[in-house]
Amino acid sequence: MNAISDALIITKRQLLQLARVPEVLIFSTIQPIMFVLLFRYVFGGSIDTGQPGGYVQLLMPGIFVQTVAFTLAATAVGLAADMQKGLIDRFRSLPISRSAVVFGRTLGDGVLNIVVLAAMGITGFVVGWRPSSGPIKITLGFLFLFLFGFAMSWVGVLIGLAVKDERVAQNATFIAVFPLTFLSNAFAPTTGMPKPLQYVAEWNPVSTMVAGCRQLFGLQNEFGATAGSFPSDNPLLMSLIYMVIIMAIFIPLSIRKYSNAANK
Amino acid sequence: MKAVVAENLIKTYNKGSVKALDGLNLDVEEGTVLGVLGPNGAGKTTTVRILATLLAPDSGQATVAGINVLKHPDEVRKIIGLSGQYAAVDETLTGWDNLIMFGRLYHLSAKAAKERAVELLEQFSLTESAKRPIRTYSGGMRRRLDLAASLIIKPKVLFLDEPTTGLDPRGRQDMWGVIDELVKGGVTLLLTTQYLEEADHLADEIAVIDHGKVIARGTSDTLKKQVGGERLEIVVESQHLAAAKEIVAKISGSAINIDEGLRQISAPVTTGSKALIEAAKLLDEKGIHPLDIGLKRPSLDDVFLSLTGHVAEEKTEEVVDPKPKRGGR
Repeated sequence: MNAISDALIITKRQLLQLARVPEVLIFSTIQPIMFVLLFRYVFGGSIDTGQPGGYVQLLMPGIFVQTVAFTLAATAVGLAADMQKGLIDRFRSLPISRSAVVFGRTLGDGVLNIVVLAAMGITGFVVGWRPSSGPIKITLGFLFLFLFGFAMSWVGVLIGLAVKDERVAQNATFIAVFPLTFLSNAFAPTTGMPKPLQYVAEWNPVSTMVAGCRQLFGLQNEFGATAGSFPSDNPLLMSLIYMVIIMAIFIPLSIRKYSNAANK
Repeated sequence: MKAVVAENLIKTYNKGSVKALDGLNLDVEEGTVLGVLGPNGAGKTTTVRILATLLAPDSGQATVAGINVLKHPDEVRKIIGLSGQYAAVDETLTGWDNLIMFGRLYHLSAKAAKERAVELLEQFSLTESAKRPIRTYSGGMRRRLDLAASLIIKPKVLFLDEPTTGLDPRGRQDMWGVIDELVKGGVTLLLTTQYLEEADHLADEIAVIDHGKVIARGTSDTLKKQVGGERLEIVVESQHLAAAKEIVAKISGSAINIDEGLRQISAPVTTGSKALIEAAKLLDEKGIHPLDIGLKRPSLDDVFLSLTGHVAEEKTEEVVDPKPKRGGR
């Protein structure tokens, strides 16, 4: 299938970029590692989780999810830069599938996520993270993280193609994703939030992802607020539903946007 | 056979408030070069983008090599090359990486893509820079690589949107040389430019566009004739002005213009170089040695001015260009 091989060429281009400018990979790995260390040692001491193994057990799933959620920004910035530089025009003048460029990009950002997640996992292990659920569930947890990053990436495609400017994409996505990751159970219990925010946090896909990963890594569904709500009781199912919804909406929209990229 | 035909193209932006194309008609004969000449915002880029399948017009028809651009864009993409105003290559990657990537996207085999990349790098004198990232290239080198990328499949029709905009004189000369070579190879070329000199140099025929319409069409010679023929111009020492004027009157007989400040006499002539030789002979017989003598044909600037009533470069009315511009902020 040409559509798939075309997409893989675009993915390969992204990996080649990393090989040509290794600093990009280094810094996009250092940042989450730094987050792990900061949260582990700055907040870790003052948050009493009542969990064996301490804060780092709860922190790691949270920080994993935060990191893959930011794939949205990476994808948006990458595509906006390609728009700005006229590369998208060139791609669109080639006899390739209309989905190849955007699909290749999300796949490339997915591959980058694997590297980053691995680096964070190792760092986590060094500072005391010990997932206790066995290899199958741990692998499943990472698969969930990968898929969530992939789904978020498609939102980024649409934003990147719409704003057409690298710096605007950078700012716009930061404003969108940052509150999403903090208005959740990722770093602190939602029980401390004002009531209305608690509901938002509870239904936030970041929270369901974090709670789901905590389960898969062998923890109780901690930091979820009011027990008995659907998302906090079924975090994995809810996360899956969110991912399907996001992809069902954003994949067709993104491909359409790409096809009409300049027909404003 | 017409390689490119555009019929009555209309394209508006911002919900109809900006009319980029207003019934544009164009055609390019196979194997020839058409220069689309016009100021910023005249509709040049929009035209190219429609013909290269990037943009759909509000109405009108277009074919490239007989294939309908709107109905069969994928077929058109297999036979065209496009090189835009801004070098659209991946700056992080090397020249080599770029050509391989685009070759593979044109569905060449890995081997064929490599062979083609070697050929193109050679052809565009980029072999030595092949392994360097594009961001280290000069403007001219980038533009050459961009052009090379658009030639991977040896396109039947090539679109070049302002191929030399932003290049220094040296880069422009190089680019002209490269384009001349391509044209000798028989490619059908549609190029846009705001440089009158460039259209004159590269194109077989020129279409002058303004406000989204073709307002004149023809060879550079025909267009120049529209504004009037050749003029004989002679510059002499001030004391010889009167005598020289008499000589010019014998040759031309009509509307002689004397500029005392420049010590220049000029008059329209119809016999071309014959008039020039005649004038030189008569001046010599009188013992007058002209400081300068020559035939001046009207420049395309004159053409543009007489066709549109405004000078090409000084157009104030800017139409929003649909293409995001790099570095323009």
